[in-house]
Amino acid sequence: MAEQHSEKKMSRRRFIRNSGYVAGGLVGGGIIGGLIGANMNDEQEGTNTQGEHQGTSYLQAPLYFTNPEMFAVLVAASERIFPSDDNGPGADELGVAYYIDHSLAGSWGNNAREYMQGPFFPGSNFQGYQSPLKRHEVFDTGIKALQKVANEKHDKNFPDLEGEQQDAILTSFQNDEVELKGVTSKTFFNILRAATIEGVYADPAYGGNINMEGWKMKNYPGHQMSYYDKIESDEFMEIEPQALHSYTK
Amino acid sequence: MAEKLPKTDVVIVGMGWAGSIIAAELGKEGLKVVGLERGKERGLKDYYVVHDELRYAIRYELMQDLSKESLTFRNNQKERALPMRQLGSFLLGEGSGGSGVHWNGQSFRFLPYDFEIRSKTIEKYGESKIKGLQIQDWGITYDELEPYFDKYEKVAGISGEEAHFGPERSNPYPTPPMKETPLTKRFKDATTSLGMHPYHMPSANLSEPYENMYGAKIANCQYCAFCERFGCEYGAKADPTVAVIPYAMETGNVDIRNFANVTEIIHEGGKATGVKFVDVLTKEEFIQPADTVVLTSYVMNNTKLLLHSKIGKAYNPENGTGVIGKNYCYQILPGSTGFFEEERFNTFMGAGALGATIDDYNGDNFDHSDLNFIHGGSISINQSGKRPIGSNTVPSGTPNWGAEFKAQSIKYFTRSLNIGTQGASMPVQHNFMDLDPTYKDAYGLPLLRLTYDFTKQDKELYNYIGKIADQIMLEMGADKVNERSNLESYDIVPYQTTHNTGGVIMGAEPETSAVNNYLQMWDAENVFVVGASAFAHNGGYNPTATVGALAFRAAEGILKYSKEGGMLA
Repeated sequence: MAEQHSEKKMSRRRFIRNSGYVAGGLVGGGIIGGLIGANMNDEQEGTNTQGEHQGTSYLQAPLYFTNPEMFAVLVAASERIFPSDDNGPGADELGVAYYIDHSLAGSWGNNAREYMQGPFFPGSNFQGYQSPLKRHEVFDTGIKALQKVANEKHDKNFPDLEGEQQDAILTSFQNDEVELKGVTSKTFFNILRAATIEGVYADPAYGGNINMEGWKMKNYPGHQMSYYDKIESDEFMEIEPQALHSYTK
Repeated sequence: MAEKLPKTDVVIVGMGWAGSIIAAELGKEGLKVVGLERGKERGLKDYYVVHDELRYAIRYELMQDLSKESLTFRNNQKERALPMRQLGSFLLGEGSGGSGVHWNGQSFRFLPYDFEIRSKTIEKYGESKIKGLQIQDWGITYDELEPYFDKYEKVAGISGEEAHFGPERSNPYPTPPMKETPLTKRFKDATTSLGMHPYHMPSANLSEPYENMYGAKIANCQYCAFCERFGCEYGAKADPTVAVIPYAMETGNVDIRNFANVTEIIHEGGKATGVKFVDVLTKEEFIQPADTVVLTSYVMNNTKLLLHSKIGKAYNPENGTGVIGKNYCYQILPGSTGFFEEERFNTFMGAGALGATIDDYNGDNFDHSDLNFIHGGSISINQSGKRPIGSNTVPSGTPNWGAEFKAQSIKYFTRSLNIGTQGASMPVQHNFMDLDPTYKDAYGLPLLRLTYDFTKQDKELYNYIGKIADQIMLEMGADKVNERSNLESYDIVPYQTTHNTGGVIMGAEPETSAVNNYLQMWDAENVFVVGASAFAHNGGYNPTATVGALAFRAAEGILKYSKEGGMLA
């Protein structure tokens, strides 16, 4: 089980990575590669209800990122935050990078419902987010910096590093040891971490948590209309999860 | 130039619990009411497809749009206050029903001790016990407020049972308590064996179908686990859009105008003449003249509108004089997280106010002679339903990302339980609200500025109550409990509670309070300011039931004022 997951992960990551190398300046080369990779996975698995999974895979397209190398960094970084293991798939396989990509393209990425008027000052540790950057700009800045640090330290791109090397770089961001412009590396890391967890567990309608695999790992039944007849039970219950999709289908 | 609208008897600012109740009660008696609500209209039909954790619980779909208005915050007066750019510590409401749409439904009456906290503490422990605390009696006793609690509970159909330390009630709860679950039972068994007195949490998620005196039908709860931060798609949670607003409209005397953001109370010679508002969609400005102005727009906005409109004497933190902005309080929340290696629980099922509570360490139910704090808090297990983004509980020392985090957060999603406490918060001279000198809202008004930090009293209470919560958790059979970090500076980022109080407090004298016990302003007799802004300190419970009771009290006062005029108290 664990091996299968890591094998699948590897093949797809290699694909994104390779196409990033090969495509070089070709617009969208890596992302198209990623898409083909996802489709290939579908065929390989063959265990899912065809209709549902095919429907889901249409969500696996970038709506924000235009640079495949940067997208590959996001895929690799989120996978380290929520890696594939014995419990089940990691961020990559769950489509978390697509979830983040879609979120960055929408109101969250543009801080649409937040107070963004100046003047801007750094503030104390207790005054919260004070950057003038919007989240999509924070990601542009932070992801570029992950790549830059990887290049400087190891002469390789971030996705090509060993897991431990990637972790060390992410940890330096979390500890605020990397200087970024307009935002702290710690803030970038915290948003990336939070967004990764969201992508694992948000409803599949948002592009991550593919096939509700995130929920299944956690024994979370998603959207259920009622536990009226179950709430008093002493027995632990494993319930087939349902997504928001079931409201309308 | 603002367009002047026809005069009305009463204009109400904000259509949450307090505004809705007052609108319904006045409309019933034939007064003409205009309700101005800055957010959109909504009701049961708008809560479809609501089981979406990301949209509602993480992205705050139903909460205030901060791009239009926020507040600024600093821990103390030496700091520069900066805007709360994102929601976090508390979740302000917006839209018809206000925060009443997305509340959990925990509906406790404040204790008799709360209303006379100063007198009772001095009487029992002497004056030295309250040193440094700006506590005051509320100008009303529990017994005087009891009939209004009763009315509020009948409107909401609250499901509950008599409690050992519960104050006297004129009537039982309208509906029986919610279901007993393995978790509530375990908490009750553990606290009972420790000599404490557990009871089922009073709940606005109803145990059975109920029809209130307004003819509103509230359904019975499905325990679907989507209450707090969500609207209830079953109409099983008492919320103003289900339980009150439809009736208010039926009276034919209430006109609710949505997308109407009030920017000023217009006044002349010590009395208000109406309010100015902007239509947030068209940006047009209007003046709504009225005989009586009622503010029910939450702690922050009630305070801001009075300060901006220059009604009532602004609070001065240098010497503690003045009243508007005074006695901002929050809550002290030491919880206990327990880990169970051998058992799994259906933690993903639940309801917002499904739980069990003890009051053995709340109010003055225990002896404080040898303690360095007053008051206490309610201690509860609350099975509100864990959700996977928000709930990633791991044992102390676990990293917060990576392989170990993943494994532990998955393992303990159904193997950890929480005991929550709501600790009371006592006012001090330097915790207060005023207007920010720099930052403005979308309509050009200054933002409210919050200056707040935890105090020595808070830290003492936190440590004492936290240890009791741990003791209960271990008695419940947890293999271990998490270490609790110390209570340091108040942080505006992590969610804590939306139980903010104060700013326009009630009391018996105009020198020390802003409103009398009818919520009528001492400095402007035709202005009533209702909500948790009136709390002279914050107690050890959720505030909504007490807000509801004060709304009924204010409605009675406004009616009386409309007939007789003058100061009511």
